Amino acid sequence: MELHELSLTQAVDLLAKGEVSSLELTQALIKRIKDTEPQVKAYLTLTGEAALDQAKAADQARAAGQAGPLCGVPAGLKDVLCTAGVRTTCGSKILENFVPPFDAFLVKKLKEAGMVLLGKHNMDEFAMGSSTENSGFQTSHNPWDLAAIPGGSSGGTAASVAAGSSLFSVGTDTGGSIRQPASHCGVVGLKPTYGRVSRFGLVAFASSLDQAGPITRTVADAALVLSVIAGHDPADSTSAPRPVPDYTASLERGVKGLKLGVPKEFFVQGLDPEVEATVKAAMAELENQGAELVEVSLPHTEYALPVYYIIAPAEASSNLARYDGVKYGLSVRSEGAGLMDMYLDTRSRGFGPEVIRRVMLGTYALSAGYYDAYYGKAGQVRTLIRRDFEAAFEKVDAIVGPVTPTPAFDIGQKVDDPLQMYLSDVFTLSTNLAGLPGMSIPAGFSSAGRPIGLQIIGPHFAEETLFAVGQAYEQATDHHLRRPLL
Amino acid sequence: MKISASEVAHVAALARLRLSDEMSAKLTEQLNDILTAMDKLAELDTSGVPSTNHALELSGAMRPDQTGESLDHERALANAPDSDGQSFIVPKVI
Repeated sequence: MELHELSLTQAVDLLAKGEVSSLELTQALIKRIKDTEPQVKAYLTLTGEAALDQAKAADQARAAGQAGPLCGVPAGLKDVLCTAGVRTTCGSKILENFVPPFDAFLVKKLKEAGMVLLGKHNMDEFAMGSSTENSGFQTSHNPWDLAAIPGGSSGGTAASVAAGSSLFSVGTDTGGSIRQPASHCGVVGLKPTYGRVSRFGLVAFASSLDQAGPITRTVADAALVLSVIAGHDPADSTSAPRPVPDYTASLERGVKGLKLGVPKEFFVQGLDPEVEATVKAAMAELENQGAELVEVSLPHTEYALPVYYIIAPAEASSNLARYDGVKYGLSVRSEGAGLMDMYLDTRSRGFGPEVIRRVMLGTYALSAGYYDAYYGKAGQVRTLIRRDFEAAFEKVDAIVGPVTPTPAFDIGQKVDDPLQMYLSDVFTLSTNLAGLPGMSIPAGFSSAGRPIGLQIIGPHFAEETLFAVGQAYEQATDHHLRRPLL
Repeated sequence: MKISASEVAHVAALARLRLSDEMSAKLTEQLNDILTAMDKLAELDTSGVPSTNHALELSGAMRPDQTGESLDHERALANAPDSDGQSFIVPKVI
C-alpha cells in the first residue's frame, strides 16, 4: 500500500510505531497532490513549503515525547475555515486576497493535536451549492468519474480525501454540505449536532444551521477527528457547554438490540432505483447484525426544502452584509465616487450569481410586508420538522436512509436550474433545521461506478450511536477500502 | 407574479447590489420560480405553533467581564483596503 492510500487511523499507528516519519508522509502527500490536482482540482491554495517545516517540527515533538493525537498527519482543510497567515477565500472573489489574522477554534485544536496543513480546499462560494460549480475559482472533479461533480459545498474536501491528496479533512454542513459530497465521493462525512463544534473562525453562511465536522476514509477516522475538534468555546455563544467523550471508545458497541427507524418519506418517487436498492441492502446488513428496523414517519419532510430556502438565505443576507469593502476583502473604489458606490460596486463585482440570488431571496423574505409570510412561517414549520424527529426518537435509537436522491450528476447538468440543484439536498436539510447529527458512510456504487452513501441520523449529541452503527456496517463490507483509479 | 421587476430593483437596493438589466430580468424569473415553490408552506395550518430560531434550547451565554486576547491595530488593519495605521479609511460619505 502506498502512503497516500492510508486511512488516518493507519497513518497515526505507523507514525506512533516509528515506521514512517511525518516528513516522509508529508512528502508523499505533496507528490500525490502534484499527481492528482491537474485532474481533480481539489485545492485552491497549497502550503507545501510550510507543511514540510511543520512535518519536521512534528517529528521532533514526537522524539521529545510530545506527540498529540494527530501528530505529523498531513491534511488540507475546507477554505471556509480561517487559517492564520494562510489565505482563506471561502470560494469567493470577494475574499480572494484575505489572509486571516487568527485560526478558527477547530483549526487551533487540529494544530495543537499536531496536524500538518497541506493547503485549502475548493468549495462552492460561501458554501452555497451542491457541486463546487459555484466556486469563484474552479470546479472540482469527482475522483471516481472525472465527468461527475464531487458534490458540494465541501466538494474539494471530499474529492481530496477520496483522491488521497489529504489523509483526512474537516468540512462544514449547512444543509448537507458534508454528507452529500461524502456520499458522492465514497468517503465518510459527519455533520455533528449543532453546537458540538465551535463556529468561531468559520466564515458564516447561516448561523443557526452551520456546523463543522470530519470528512474521512473510515468511521474510526471520523471518531478520532471529532474527539479533537469538539468542545465548548467561550468565543461561540452557541457552542454546547458539555464534556467531549473519547468517541473512538464507542466504535465497537455493535448494533445488537438497536432500533433503527426507516422514514417512509425518504423512499418516495424521485429516489433513484440504484440508490434505493443500495440503501435497502445496507439496512438489511444492519438487520443481519442484530439491529431492528422500524418504520417511522417524518410527515413534514416535504416542507424542509421551502423552510430551508427561506431561513438559510435570510440568515445569509444578514451575515454577508459584512462584505462592504471597508475592513477586508475586495474594495472597488472609483475616482470621485462616494461610499454608496463603493458598497454597490464591491458587492456586485465580488459576489457570484448564486450568492447574489440567495442574498436577494433572503433580503426579500426579511423585508417589510413579507417577513410574516416567509421568515415567520418558515420558523413555525421548522418547529413541526423538529417535532417529527422528537416523536420518531421516542421509538428508535437512530434513523437510516439515503443521503441524496441520485448518485453524483454530471458537471454542467444542473447549473442553469437552481431549483433542481436545491433538490439534491432534500434528504439532508431537515437534520440541519432540527440541529441533529447525521453521517454518510460508503454503501456501494451505481452501475456507472459512482459511489452511493447511507445516511445515519441520531438524536441531539448521539454521535456515539452513529459511530457504532457506521463501524458495524463498515466492518462487514469493503466499500471503504476501494480507491478510485487516478 | 410573486415578485415584479420593480420589487427586484427595490430589494437589490436594500441588499446594496447593482444589477445589470440582463441580470435583473433573469433574477426576476428565477425568484418567481423559487417563491412559487415556497407557497407549499401555506398548505400548513401553523396557528399557535411557536417559531424555532435555534435548534438547541441554549439561553444567553454569560461570562465574567474580563479583558481577554484581542487583535492589535496592526493585525486588525492588515487586510484593510485603505488605512492610516489607526483607522479604516472610506470614500467621502456626504
